Amino acid sequence: MYQYDDYDQTMVDQRVAQYRDQTRRFLAGELTEQQFRPLRLMNGLYLQIHAPMLRIAVPYGLMSSTQMRKIADISRNYDKGYVHFTTRTNIQLNWPTLESVPDILAELATVQMHAIQTSGNCIRNTTTDQLAGVSADELEDPRPWCEIIRQWSTFHPEFAYLPRKFKIAVIGTTEDRAATKLHDIGLHLVKNHQGEIGFEVLVGGGLGRTPILGQIIRPFLEKKDLLSYLEAILRVYNRLGRRDNKYKSRIKITVREHGLNHIRELVEAEWVNIREQLVLDDTEIARVKQYFTEPAYQVSAVADVSFSDRKADNADFARWVKQNVVDHKIAGYKIAYISLKAPSMPPGDITSGQLDVIANLAEQFSMGEIRSSHNQNLLLSDVQQADLYPLWMCLQAEGLATANINTMSDMICCPGLDFCSLANASSIPLVKEINERFDDLDYLYDLGDIKIKISGCMNGCAHQSVGHIGILGVDKKGEEWYQFTLGGSSEQDASLGERLGRAIPKDKVVDTVETLLEVFKQHRLQDELFLATVRRIGIEPFKEGVYANH
Amino acid sequence: MPIIKDGEIVEDHWLHLDDEATLTAGNISVSLNRWQEQHASLSKHSGLLGLRLSGDDPLEEIVPDLAEFSLIVLIFPAFTDGRCYSFARLLRDRYYYTGEIRAQGEVLHDQLFYMSQSGINSFELAEPNQMENALVAFNDFSDSYQTTALKPQPLYRRR
Repeated sequence: MYQYDDYDQTMVDQRVAQYRDQTRRFLAGELTEQQFRPLRLMNGLYLQIHAPMLRIAVPYGLMSSTQMRKIADISRNYDKGYVHFTTRTNIQLNWPTLESVPDILAELATVQMHAIQTSGNCIRNTTTDQLAGVSADELEDPRPWCEIIRQWSTFHPEFAYLPRKFKIAVIGTTEDRAATKLHDIGLHLVKNHQGEIGFEVLVGGGLGRTPILGQIIRPFLEKKDLLSYLEAILRVYNRLGRRDNKYKSRIKITVREHGLNHIRELVEAEWVNIREQLVLDDTEIARVKQYFTEPAYQVSAVADVSFSDRKADNADFARWVKQNVVDHKIAGYKIAYISLKAPSMPPGDITSGQLDVIANLAEQFSMGEIRSSHNQNLLLSDVQQADLYPLWMCLQAEGLATANINTMSDMICCPGLDFCSLANASSIPLVKEINERFDDLDYLYDLGDIKIKISGCMNGCAHQSVGHIGILGVDKKGEEWYQFTLGGSSEQDASLGERLGRAIPKDKVVDTVETLLEVFKQHRLQDELFLATVRRIGIEPFKEGVYANH
Repeated sequence: MPIIKDGEIVEDHWLHLDDEATLTAGNISVSLNRWQEQHASLSKHSGLLGLRLSGDDPLEEIVPDLAEFSLIVLIFPAFTDGRCYSFARLLRDRYYYTGEIRAQGEVLHDQLFYMSQSGINSFELAEPNQMENALVAFNDFSDSYQTTALKPQPLYRRR
């Protein structure tokens, strides 16, 4: 993974010093809350219902064991001993004090971590495919490009006060595991007719109150022009994006109001002017790429026979492998998902003790690296198949071997009314209730992949509008109600869910989920997936099922 | 009133004229509106001329007139309104404007670094009593990854 040089380290250290002074001035009354707000947000600090929340960046979801141990330490020393992984692969601390944040940032800087631009109206953490570099279907590893974008976007002086937040995602596969069509800019590594690899550039995607899928602004961009094209888009958006209404200020609205063609004309006109100035030279591309070269894979790994023996002997292990382990591009290696969706924990939460264990296991079995995914799970990306069994044994001992990846219980959920000051309704308790009702794993396996996403308000942090089943909390005269959508997807076939009908009261939400599953089972053809059934039969049968009974 | 210019606190010699105010001798800045309406008479003004722009103004339209101005004032109605950062970059980088570019409005300590990197070189602070303390802001960071008005080569060509 990328290693800081003196330039990178100095910038992060100077940021800590800058924020320490800003915090001091705020506490001394020299900065008003309104003046301090964007400064603390650009250092990841929110003020929430119970306490501040600090969001720590995990650039493109990649961490070392050393970094993970540091997170564990920080959560023990400055928080309550657990952390939360977000859908943007970042980490949130829910209970730090405002005064301690400069010290936390200083601790993070010692392991090349930070909380820079994890909030605020600036360019946020760039995300990617959690299988980057290890999946067989990849054209090129997107992570060096993410790092190049990270550096370009860090402290960009022109783009620190954009109309609204700005999110970029990069992938190198046709399959979309990073929801790129729901980003302000989505970048797809593609090959053109001449066989050269470059980027297909999408713009104007986003979730929130007005979910919109990104559209192609440029079908092919040469790699050397990446930064100039990004800068051109950002400059056009910075000047044109609406600042009068925060709900209309994302670039998706700019694109909708002005039309894609007009935005394209403006961007291309701007780009011509800065293209030469910002050419990425081969030296820089090579410099960054050297940090993402293939590790020394053992050719002998494939000769192992113990893996199939273990699976034959142990049904629990076999079940975990079937559900949580996917193929690696190198024969003999596997990619193991560590589910952060144990029924006993809020989705994405993990204790400091568990973090330490995973840090050790990564060193023992997976080259000392851990990844976080868009679905709020962790992965060990380079495990020899012979090591899967001992790995699973250790995970099981720590309650980390929940075999539910992609099943209905692998839910995405925002913090909701329990923590978030924006929320209208709770979301974590619903996850708990759903898990209690559907606690039979075999039943979940039979249902196949179902993505349930639950957000506690219109801002849609859990991406409910692209859930196979989306559940959105709304406030009706002080009571919590829930609006269902069906048939959304954030993948290559991205689509926005269709509204099922009128909102459902809180005590009927789990019944409604059950009814939806019953309707699905009635209409399902053999092993058809939930999303496919919804797309085939439409929403009507589900509507009838749910509202006929009420 | 003193301002910060090129990293130092200095006395200011500019008068910012309202659209209704009568012309006076000395260095004056006017709004885009006034410049467009009184172009001819203003060109004959004996002192130096400055132009005030906000993020709403069509920057590209005044480019042919830039040589007339010794000062461009960029107005920040709120410190969160970042449009004029792009104006400053374009003035320096694309239109080769070498005169003074000044930030006016809600100009605060914590935005000075980014403003200066974008090409703004003088500052009327919203809280003038903070001027002395704010001088350190120009040294918040010793380098930048990007191409900026102060460092025309991005870090990746220098490291």
